[in-house]
Amino acid sequence: MVDIPEHLLLRSAEARAKALGISVEQALAEMKGESTPTVVAEEPEVIEIDTPAPAKAEVPAPVETPVTEEEPAKAEVPAPVETPVTEEEPAKAEVPAPVETPVTEEEPAKAEVPAPVETPVTEEEPAKAEVPAPVKAKAPAPAKDDSPEEVDFAPEVKVTQRLLTVVKAKPIQKASAEPVDKVNTWPHLMLPEFISLMAMMAFLIILSAILQAPLLEEANPNITPNPAKAPWYFLGLQEALSYWDPQIAGVMIPLVIGLIGFAAIPYIDRNPENNPSKRKYAIMMFTFFLAGAGTLTIIGVLFRGPGWNWTYPWIDGIWFDDLLDWIYFE
Amino acid sequence: MAKLTLRERFKKGAEGSGDSLRGSKFATSIFRPGSPFRKGYSDSPRNRSYVVMNNVLYHLHPVKVKRHGVRLSYTLCLGGMSFFLFIVLTITGIWLMFYFRPTEMAYADIQALQTSVAFGSLVRNMHRWGAHLMVLVVFLHMSRVFYHGAYKAPREFNWVIGVILLFLTLFLSFTGYLLPWDQLAIWAVTVGGNMASYTPVFGAQIKFGLFAGLEATTATLLRFYVLHVLFFPFIIVIFMAIHFWRVRKDGGISGPL
Ligand code: HEM
Repeated sequence: MVDIPEHLLLRSAEARAKALGISVEQALAEMKGESTPTVVAEEPEVIEIDTPAPAKAEVPAPVETPVTEEEPAKAEVPAPVETPVTEEEPAKAEVPAPVETPVTEEEPAKAEVPAPVETPVTEEEPAKAEVPAPVKAKAPAPAKDDSPEEVDFAPEVKVTQRLLTVVKAKPIQKASAEPVDKVNTWPHLMLPEFISLMAMMAFLIILSAILQAPLLEEANPNITPNPAKAPWYFLGLQEALSYWDPQIAGVMIPLVIGLIGFAAIPYIDRNPENNPSKRKYAIMMFTFFLAGAGTLTIIGVLFRGPGWNWTYPWIDGIWFDDLLDWIYFE
Repeated sequence: MAKLTLRERFKKGAEGSGDSLRGSKFATSIFRPGSPFRKGYSDSPRNRSYVVMNNVLYHLHPVKVKRHGVRLSYTLCLGGMSFFLFIVLTITGIWLMFYFRPTEMAYADIQALQTSVAFGSLVRNMHRWGAHLMVLVVFLHMSRVFYHGAYKAPREFNWVIGVILLFLTLFLSFTGYLLPWDQLAIWAVTVGGNMASYTPVFGAQIKFGLFAGLEATTATLLRFYVLHVLFFPFIIVIFMAIHFWRVRKDGGISGPL
């Protein structure tokens, strides 16, 4: 048995006391089973129904269907009317998670209640149940008014409501991750990958068939070529070295900027945005870096000749041996 | 019994032998249950998953990926291309090792490779241009990662791994540069070594350790050779494994923007 919090018990005891004209203490004692109930009404069955609730967190909880249970009244009361319990199946629910719905119970109408015999409701027409039923309860669950409090009772009928339990209208499965639009890796990723790889392979083979890799004279430590150039990816650095004191250029640039500075980028840039328009500063800095490194490298490769002097490739030729075999301007 | 044309008989026979091969104990011991190679492939969501799940290589990928991530325009396949180039370089590199000695003979070996080994020139060119291409592609990959802000939480550490990969790629290329043992090789490496020697405090020691002496000699050649064919590939494979593992653990590809 669930422990019902004291304040809720109290609240429903008050309602009961009001309805039956007894004291609150009495009602409370009755509810706790410490004294015999005042009203000799048949205890209605408690029926709990499970309403499917959609699993998706964003979808508002499904229409809660308060189930109004009507007890057959005493002998004089005409045959009970079947109240249609509308079951609303949320169409989109992928994983229906059971949610307990507050169950409202209605006490059977009492003897002195004028029996609503006038209303001829036939069993054949359960659809019409909305039409004044014996106890003028609104048929359960017109989709909008979902709170049990709004049930409209006939004023002259004494009814009590009893709170059985309180359940938050929430799926029991908590969807913490946003649903992501995914596709099968095979074939949607692997096919484009395969095609890219084949394209790259074809490009590399054709390139290698056309361009001969350089092989100069055998290494000779006694003959220094002029200029002596590093591999192209270090030529920006070599170019920078020629401007500044080597101690600064040779160490600060590769080590500080390169290794430490680059690795630290995610820890420096704490802006969580990844939309380009919201990280203009970062993009500007990186673009400056790329442009600077690119310019230095191009100068180093194409515009530096003997003695590291400025040369124009279209006038003096290219002083870069890696390109020698296939671009020659002289 | 209806008469079959030769073609039909041939087809039938071929089908039958395929089935018995597929069903044989040997074949089923190779392919895992559910593998399309066991049951044949028909296009269904389940089989699409099995393709990935039952192949150790494809298993680098998850079964499903974000829809925007498969657009070629997002990653430009640059990371994948870096990896692919690395594999091509490994294969061509192993092939080159059959014909190369890191000694005084190095230069002659390269000459012989180009003139008297079948496809020698082509494979050497592929290895060299592929290496240049890999440096470029890794650099472009880094730039695309930056412009997508893909280094942000939770991917910070994978960026650090990436920077290490970039430097390993440069070291691989740089150590390979010396191996042909021609004037281009020795002087480019000398210039690079001199740049390293500008490091304050232990600049000279760094260069000495790298060159196995004060200048580039055949001792340097051996040192660079070992670094190039064994040490750096070994290290870079480890870091690549961490890199790929992190890409998946960090929730797949970043974005969409
Ligand atoms: C040998 C070099 C490298 C290889 C083989 C490699 C491979 C890959 C691959 C296959 C991916 C999957 C996504 C894609 O293709 O873009 C990836 C993602 C990534 N790489 Fe690399 N990478 C390398 C170097 C680098 C470098 C130099 C950096 C940065 C400094 C880097 C940082 C990243 C980051 C942060 C991701 C996650 C990107 C995202 O989620 O959008 N990688 N890498």
